[in-house]
Amino acid sequence: MRRLGSALVISLFSIAAVAGPTLACGGLIGPNGAVNLLRTTTFAGYHDGIEHYVTAFQFAGGGGSFGSITPLPGVPDAVEKGGDWTLQRLVRETSPDFFRAVGAAASGDSAEELMKVRIDALDLTVLRGGADEIGQWAKEHDFRLPPDAPEVLEFYAERSPIFLAAAFDAAAAAERGQELGDGTPVHITIPTDDPWVPLRILGLGKQASERIQADVFLLTDERPNLLPTPIGRNGLELTHSAAATDLLLDDLRSDRGMEWIPGSGWLSKIAIDASADQLTFDLAVSNDGGQPSRVDAGFELASTGRGGDQALRGAVGLLLLALGSLFALSLVIGRPAAGPGRPI
Amino acid sequence: MRARRAQRWIPLLAAIVAAGAIASAVALAAVRASEPVEIRIRYSAFVPATIHAQAGQPIELAVRNDDPIDHEWIVGDAARHARHRDGTEPVHDARPTEITVPAGELRRTTVTFDASGRYSFICHLPGHESYGMVGTVVVRP
Repeated sequence: MRRLGSALVISLFSIAAVAGPTLACGGLIGPNGAVNLLRTTTFAGYHDGIEHYVTAFQFAGGGGSFGSITPLPGVPDAVEKGGDWTLQRLVRETSPDFFRAVGAAASGDSAEELMKVRIDALDLTVLRGGADEIGQWAKEHDFRLPPDAPEVLEFYAERSPIFLAAAFDAAAAAERGQELGDGTPVHITIPTDDPWVPLRILGLGKQASERIQADVFLLTDERPNLLPTPIGRNGLELTHSAAATDLLLDDLRSDRGMEWIPGSGWLSKIAIDASADQLTFDLAVSNDGGQPSRVDAGFELASTGRGGDQALRGAVGLLLLALGSLFALSLVIGRPAAGPGRPI
Repeated sequence: MRARRAQRWIPLLAAIVAAGAIASAVALAAVRASEPVEIRIRYSAFVPATIHAQAGQPIELAVRNDDPIDHEWIVGDAARHARHRDGTEPVHDARPTEITVPAGELRRTTVTFDASGRYSFICHLPGHESYGMVGTVVVRP
């Protein structure tokens, strides 16, 4: 299974930085840096109130450093090196083409820095702050944010002002003997009531018409409800939805840091193929049969309250206004007109 | 009797109040005329995107950056913008027509346009122009 690692390009927010020192990635971009976002993959597992992100940051060459920024739904308990084959195993599980290719032989003021972790050539920092603080932090660390960053960061900070900044030291990667395409898997453990997967951030720094392609794997205890519903024309397509096999769960559980994998679960794969201006939302997940949060999907601001409450308040306000108008009208109509010879 | 005497003063008082109001309005208008034209930057966009000036008359500008990232305000003709698209100056503070506005800060500048016409103002940081950070100064003769 490890042999697949170099052959498959699997990463979340992975970037190919082309020629020269560049700062690049899903969130951070360097001056004059040419960047290309490859197809990205992430795994979000939710069990016992804990969301597990497994992602890989790909070394893509270049002489300088580059990085990314990832919004998180909460403050993580841990950020650690992820397992070596989890993402590859998920791709294999949900890709019929791959099965055919491999055949049956395969068995199976500034932001507050809450946590700093070094994993291989990656410097990972968990940040808490609003858009202004994150912008200041990025500036202090020589990252230049793209022009859409103010709006996108505010979009996330309103909901959860927690971000993971990953700075990739290309020189250190080269010293470690990392080659082009090698990924560093990272496992983030986040206690949260409602899991969501950041999608809008994938469009950061992109032109409106640029395509974004990504795969999101979800492992939940039950079949999840998703918002937005993957219907294809909204850029999201549900390409796999089935009970996870025992073999898959056993394989995942045997990877580093994946002991949490439950005895049963539901595996969903959402393929994203959207233009940057289409991807204005995140993926909210409900694991208990309820409706996913519109706030978590980014359709409503947290400060404006839930949609139902807001709509109810609006309806009550309109009703009161209508009643008041009717009352005033009835007074005018019912009142005898004042005029000469007619006492008021 | 007293009431009638008081009534005679009412028109005079009203005239005084009216004159005061007119004088205040004129003074306020004068103050406003000398106030700088404010350009706000929010979500990497100039607001307003069009401002007006008169040829040969200095116009004072206050460019306020409400974004958490740095921006530039560079005004001029097509040749100037062509130079800046490939420019390497990290910070602009030497010319009134070219200013860097750091995140969350305000910068003032005074510019005089010698000839009438339309001049673009653009942020030339990488990706900002294509994102839409473009505005226009309309200079009247």
